[in-house]
Formats: sequence, structure tokens, C-alpha cells
Amino acid sequence: MNAPIRRLAFVVAAMFCVLLLSTTWIQFVQAKDLADRPGNRRTLLASYSKERGAILVDGKPVAQSLPTKDQLKWIRAYPQGKEYSHVTGYYSFTYGAGGGLESAENELLSGQSDKLFYRRIVDVITGKPPQGATLELTIDAKVQQAAEEALGDQRGAVVALDPTTGAILAMVSKPQYDPNALASHNLTKVSEAWKSLNADKGRPMINRAIAGDLYPPGSTFKLVTAAAALSSGKYSPSSVVPGPRELDLPDTSATLPNFGHEICGPNGRTTLRHALEMSCNSSFGWLGLQLGPDALRSQADKFGFGQTLHVPMRVTPSVVPDELNKPQTAQAAVGQYDVRVTPLQVAMVTAGIANGGTVMSPYLVKDVRSSDLDVIDTAHPQQLSEAVRPGVADQLTSMMEDVVNSGTGRNAQIPGVQVAGKTGTAEHGEGLAAHVWFTGFAPAKNPKIAVAVVVEDGGTLRSEATGSTVSAPIAKKVMEAGLGR
Amino acid sequence: MSTVTSIPPRTRRNVELALLLLAICIVLVAYVNVGLATSGGSLPPDLLTYGVGLLVITGAFHLVLRWRASYADPLLLPIVTLLNGLGLVMIHRLDIAHSRDISEGLATRQLMWSALSVILAALVIVFLRDHRHLARYTFSMMAAGLVLLLLPLLPLIGSQVNGSNIWIQIGPLSFQPGEVAKILLTIFFAGYLVQTRDALALVGRRVLGLPLPRARDLGPILIAWLASLGVLVFERDLGSSLLFFGLFVSMLYVATERRSWIAIGLILFGGGAYLAYLMFGHVQERVLLWLHPFSDAALKVSDQLVLGLEGMGAGGLFGSGLGRGHPDLTYFAESDFIFPSFAEELGLIGAMALLLLYALLVERGLRTAIGARDGFGKLLATGLSFSVALQCFVVVGGVTRVIPLTGLTMPFLSQGGSSLLANWTIVALLLRISDQARRPAPQAADPGGLGRDDTRVVKTR
Repeated sequence: MNAPIRRLAFVVAAMFCVLLLSTTWIQFVQAKDLADRPGNRRTLLASYSKERGAILVDGKPVAQSLPTKDQLKWIRAYPQGKEYSHVTGYYSFTYGAGGGLESAENELLSGQSDKLFYRRIVDVITGKPPQGATLELTIDAKVQQAAEEALGDQRGAVVALDPTTGAILAMVSKPQYDPNALASHNLTKVSEAWKSLNADKGRPMINRAIAGDLYPPGSTFKLVTAAAALSSGKYSPSSVVPGPRELDLPDTSATLPNFGHEICGPNGRTTLRHALEMSCNSSFGWLGLQLGPDALRSQADKFGFGQTLHVPMRVTPSVVPDELNKPQTAQAAVGQYDVRVTPLQVAMVTAGIANGGTVMSPYLVKDVRSSDLDVIDTAHPQQLSEAVRPGVADQLTSMMEDVVNSGTGRNAQIPGVQVAGKTGTAEHGEGLAAHVWFTGFAPAKNPKIAVAVVVEDGGTLRSEATGSTVSAPIAKKVMEAGLGR
Repeated sequence: MSTVTSIPPRTRRNVELALLLLAICIVLVAYVNVGLATSGGSLPPDLLTYGVGLLVITGAFHLVLRWRASYADPLLLPIVTLLNGLGLVMIHRLDIAHSRDISEGLATRQLMWSALSVILAALVIVFLRDHRHLARYTFSMMAAGLVLLLLPLLPLIGSQVNGSNIWIQIGPLSFQPGEVAKILLTIFFAGYLVQTRDALALVGRRVLGLPLPRARDLGPILIAWLASLGVLVFERDLGSSLLFFGLFVSMLYVATERRSWIAIGLILFGGGAYLAYLMFGHVQERVLLWLHPFSDAALKVSDQLVLGLEGMGAGGLFGSGLGRGHPDLTYFAESDFIFPSFAEELGLIGAMALLLLYALLVERGLRTAIGARDGFGKLLATGLSFSVALQCFVVVGGVTRVIPLTGLTMPFLSQGGSSLLANWTIVALLLRISDQARRPAPQAADPGGLGRDDTRVVKTR
């Protein structure tokens, strides 16, 4: 019987080999996937067992971990409450990291990132408790606060960029939420807060500045149409274009009327410069028809439409629809029909013009620092695209100056500083108050700050609102803060 | 003319003692680790008590072996002492995590059961002077084994735990009779096969190149098959079913040396399991949990397997260290899922070490079977060792998704009195058989007569 017993011993060896392999598979090969599974309580507990990196604005924390006496050892705190909710996001024991940098830079904040590998080894050798990396943001606290206060309780968003680098100086989206409510260790309260935030019709957890349902850009899109026209070489700011009270749209009985049904110039003709100043729909609708949908779309793409950016939060791509017939092209040229944008994208258009036609990639994290504040990684400004030639950018700047000096954007004037800008009043449905826009930059020469402001449904003025009355004053305050005034 | 110098086999009891001390040291180091991790840096105050206690219990067993089975295999006792001790440490560690007081904790009960089990094992060694005595009770063993196996199906005392009906509950006492049935049936199989192996091995005809046994010789294997399918279907336990059937088929193969039994066994079990899968919802549920544990449909049924996998993943290569992980997040972390608990805290390295300890244990058992001088002893040692291997495979295979998860305990590690009693008895039987296997054969002849080399006609090994 010894021979079969020996063979059986081989079977036993094979069985144990299978177990060794399956154990290795789980603990070595699959370990990371298992740890990354949403809802893995062990990963969450492990992340609480060490100090998570802080998020700093001008050296002061807007998110930090404070020691507690309870089982989790650390609690996440957001000293500024709601103001930075869409920048930081939240860090919750129950719901994980989400909503902003907490989620987008989780690996750095938790100390798991490969960038910190060397640092971790040093920590192990020197016996220091492991810590996550600290993020220093590009946000300017003064600009952020100005945007926060100027927007007030109105739904909408404000984005401010440094046009020369792409650094995001302010990012506000309203309504907001208090991330402290989700970071609490009182799990019942956290779950109540979570439920009420998700049930809220104002959808406070959505960062309208970069995501959500996107907005129709309205007349701010005329900057793109104008850029396409000037870049084509067939037009200059002084080119004469039609400007009737309403533009007859081809292939349909519909028309494209001007705001207030006004006429843009004597005999229904005007210059391109004046058409932008007065925000003439009929002129830009006509221009759109002359240029065609492909020229509009390709100009928009050069400003960054259609690209998925990470700032490092994912930015929903702005879109010009793929198929446009003639009436739709005319409507798209004035920012209606199915053109959809994020406020960040509108700010990028303006910043591109301000920066001589070069669009810089927007970014939010200036430095990554170790726990003892040594800089591990620094952001380097990167060029995203050449949207227009410098000459065209200069022409557009000069036209936008006129908008602020004598056109629809007069409410954005800052004494002693030349501001360039463009208003927008975007209709988005019968009987609904328009979303109102302003985008601009200052100073017009050597710009320091470019902003985009959108206020949903006319804000407090409801249907009386225009980009000029509601959004331009907000943009003005934000730009003033950016210029140190 | 050559002279034969015979080297008297050595008892190796001192090796056993040294390894035993090493095993106890490892267990105490593990215990200290848990204490340091959970109490914030102070040594557990009862360290000395436990250390001395462990030494007294296993040392006494060692002395019993010196007295009554001095040639027994020297590795078996240290291995199971180490496994049992580590299991105790892990259960103690989970008691702390669940804030169970030491007096009512599971570890204290497990310690009691461990002591009882060692005493029982010592009694087996003392009173069972020759394992062949067991062969006299072949059919009583079968009857008792089948009764125990089917006991959980009785309406009043059977109780369902974790979806399987393999427990009985009498008052406060719960018991997994399958653990004991395993031993009784192994003894029965060994006794029965030793008597019938010639008929099973030699008679029959070849079909498709496979020598098939006669139809009437198929009877016992069919009964075993039906019984194991009954366990699968009515007690809802694939693990026990696989254990009993695999045990029977492997012993049948060893007894008859006919590979056809393995083929027949695999086909019967595979077919039966597939039919059960088609017919019964709970079997389909188990298969779903096995193949797609992360799917929403499976998570609705149970997230137990996923929690165990996440624990093992969290352990990684080196583990969190004893007392520093979160094995308490998994259900049944101290019984069915004790292997993932170790894998989480000791890492892949620790998990492999445990598996290799089991492999070594089984290998020593099979070594004993090869050395045994009688057919019954060979079959019994093979069956007992292979049952340990199969049980490890079913349990660890279940938690690592090699096979569907079932509700068996990990021998020696898992919390549970019936499991400890049964497995220590298995070790006692293996020790008894190995003592006879390694003991020098009694000198039958006088040196001046037939035993002289020049008069030998039959060459013995």
C-alpha cells in the first residue's frame, strides 16, 4: 500500500501548493485592489490611524487633522466651514473622501502616494510617525473671500485665474455645505447630514465651477465667435456687419432677436467692435452663419472645450454640439442652443485672451510638502493651447475694454484700472429667469486676474437680472481683491 | 561474508522536548505581542502563569509519550502545540477587540477545552496500547459515525449556524458531531477496507482501459456517496460532504491501489454536486458567493467572504502585527475565518508558515502510514492525515476562493471544543501508530539459531 500512500502525499503537496498560491494571489497580487474597494473599513481605519496632510491657503489650514481621544485618533476639521467646501471636499468615516481635493489628492494627503516613497522610508528609519503630505493651494484667500461675499446667497459660481500661469485664485460654488458635518465622528449626525445634503434641491454637494449640469454660456460665447472671425483673417474689429433688430434664420420661420429688440446701428448695420460692445445677437448670429459650425467648434476647442482637465479634480468638458444646422449654428454663435460650459472654461477663454492668446492649464495645488513642510513637488505652469494669435488677442482685448468702458459691462469698471470684459444673459427655458454671466480680466495691460461669474436664474433680481446688473459687480469685487484694492 | 550492524532506532524524545519548548516560546512571544499592541506597551501580567500552564499541560503529555509511546513521531506534538497555542492567542486577541472580559471570553473556554483535549489524547495513549484493537469495532464505529453525522438533522437538537446544519445544541452546549464522526468513520473505513481490499482490488473487468470493480463491490462507495450528498443537501454543507467523500475515496484508492476508484469518485462527486447546484437554491447561492463575491447580488446575500478577503489584503506581505490589525471586522473571525485573521496580522509570510506547519503535520502522518507494519494501521494513519489535509483545503480554500465557502473549522486553530477534542484525538492515534511504526521489531529468534546470517533463507527488509 506504500506506493499509493506516496502518490497521495503528492496530492496533499499539490493541495497545499494551491492554498499557498491562492493566499499569495489575495495578499500580494490583489491586495491593492482590495484595499481600494469602496467601503473597505480597514482602509478607512488605517487612514485614520495616521495624521492626514493639511490643505493650506496662504499658509493657513482650510482642512487639517486634529487629534481626538476617541478610537479614530484623528478628526478632520475645516476651520473656514463652508467657504472652501468645494475646494477641499469632505473626508468622512462613513462616506470616504469626496467632493474636492480630499478625494482628488487622497493618495498624497493619506501618504500612500508613490511620490512619497522615499519620504516614507526615511520616516521608518528615523522612527517618525507616518504622515500624509500637505498641499499648499494657489487660492488667494482675499480673492476667495471677495468672491464668497460678493456672490452672497445666490446660486452660481465664481472662478478666478492668474492668466499668465493658470493658477486658480478663487473657486466658489453656491450653495455650499459644511464639510465638518460630514467629518464628525458622531456617525448618526453624519448620516443625517449626508441625507439632508443629498435631498437638498439646491444640490449643495455639486461644484458648479467645474462640474454639475454645466451652463449655457450666453453672450460670453461671443468672445469665441469673435475670436474665430478675427482669426479667419476676413474680419477686423472695424469690419461692418449686419445688425438688425432680429436675424432671419435660414430654413425656418424663427428669428434671432436682439436683447430688448433693439437695433445695433443705423440702417441695421454696425461694426464688429460695436456689435460686441452692445452684445448684438443678430450680428453674431450672422457671423456664425458666415463662419460655419466647424470654425466655431475648432475655435472653441482651441480654448479648451471638449478636453477633460484635472485641476486635480476632474473638470467636466465644455461642449459645442457635433451636429449643427444653420439656425442652430446662428444660435450657438451667441451661446445658445446646446452649447454648454463650466465657469472655469469661460474663465479660461478670458484668461487666454488676456495672456496674448495662450491658454494656460488651470491648477489648484501650488506645492506638495512633507509633514515638516519641505517642498516635495512644485507645480510648473503649463501651456494648454495657443487659442488665437497675439494680434487677435490684442484686438479682442481692446474690444472687451470698450464693453466695460461704454458697453454692457460698465458695472465692472474699477477706478484707475482698465478692465476688459464681456457680459452674458443666457436663457435656458421658457419662463425661467436667465443665468447671468460676466467674464473679464484686469488690468487690460499686463493682466493679473481673469474671472468668470455666473449667477443662476438671475440671482436675487430674478427675471430683471442681466449679466450687467448682477454679475458684473461681483466680478468687479473679485478683480479688485485680486489687484489688492 | 558481510556483517549486518543494526543501528537501534532512536526515540527522539529529546528532539521533541526541544521543539516543544521552541513552540511554547513562539506562542508566548505572540501573546506578548498582543499584550504590547493592545494595552499600550505593557507586558501582560499573567504571562508567567500562561507560560507555566502551557508548559505543564504539554510537558505532561510529553512525559506520557516517554512512558507509553517512546518511539512516537517527535514532530507531531510540537506542531499541534504551536497551532493550538497560536489559535488561543488569536482568540484572546479577538476577545480584547470585542471587549469580552477574560473570565467570560472565548479564549478562556478554548483554554479549558485545550486542556481537556490534551488529557483525552493522553488517555488514548495510555489506554490504547495497540491501535489494532480498534479494528474489532469496525461496524460499531460505522453505526456510531453515521448516527453522529445525521444527528444535526434531528428536529429538536439540530441547529443552523451560518447557513449550515452541522451543529447540535443541547441546552447551553453546542457541538459539531461531524468532527467526531470523522474519526469514527475513518476507523470504520480502515477496518472495512482491510477486510475487503482483495475483493475490491482484484475482481472486476476493464472498461475503456480502466479496471472497473464488480457491481456488488460498488455498494459501499455508493452508500458513502449518497451519505455525503445527503450531508450536502440536507445539512447544507459542502465542506463536510467533500471531506467525507474525499476521505473515503482516498482510502479506497490506497487500499486497492486502483486508480479507477478515484475516477469513479470524482465523477460521482462532480455529478452529484452539479445536480445539487441545479436543484437547490442554497447551493446556487454558495456558488454565486464563490464566483462573484463582489457583485451586488452576492453582497446582498453576504459580505462575509469579502470582509475576510479585505482583511487578508490589508495584511499584505508582512501583516499588521498581532493586535494591530482589524480581524474583528470579519464575522466568525475566531472560528471559520481564523485563517484570514492570521493572514491579516501575520501577513502572507505568517499565513504561509501556518500552511507549511499543516503540510508538515500531514506529511509526518503519511510518513507514519508508510512506516506502519499492519494494513489497518497504514489505512488509519493515511485516513487521519488526509482528513486533516482535506479539512485545511476546504477551510482555507473556502476563504481564499479556491472552492465555495463552507462552515468547517481550521484544525487546532479555530475556536470550538468539538474540533479540538477530535483533532487532538487524531494526533493521539497518529502518535500511537507512529510509535509502533518506529519501534524496533521484537527479536523473535535466538541469536545462535535461525537468526544467524548464514542460515537465513528468506531475506527480510
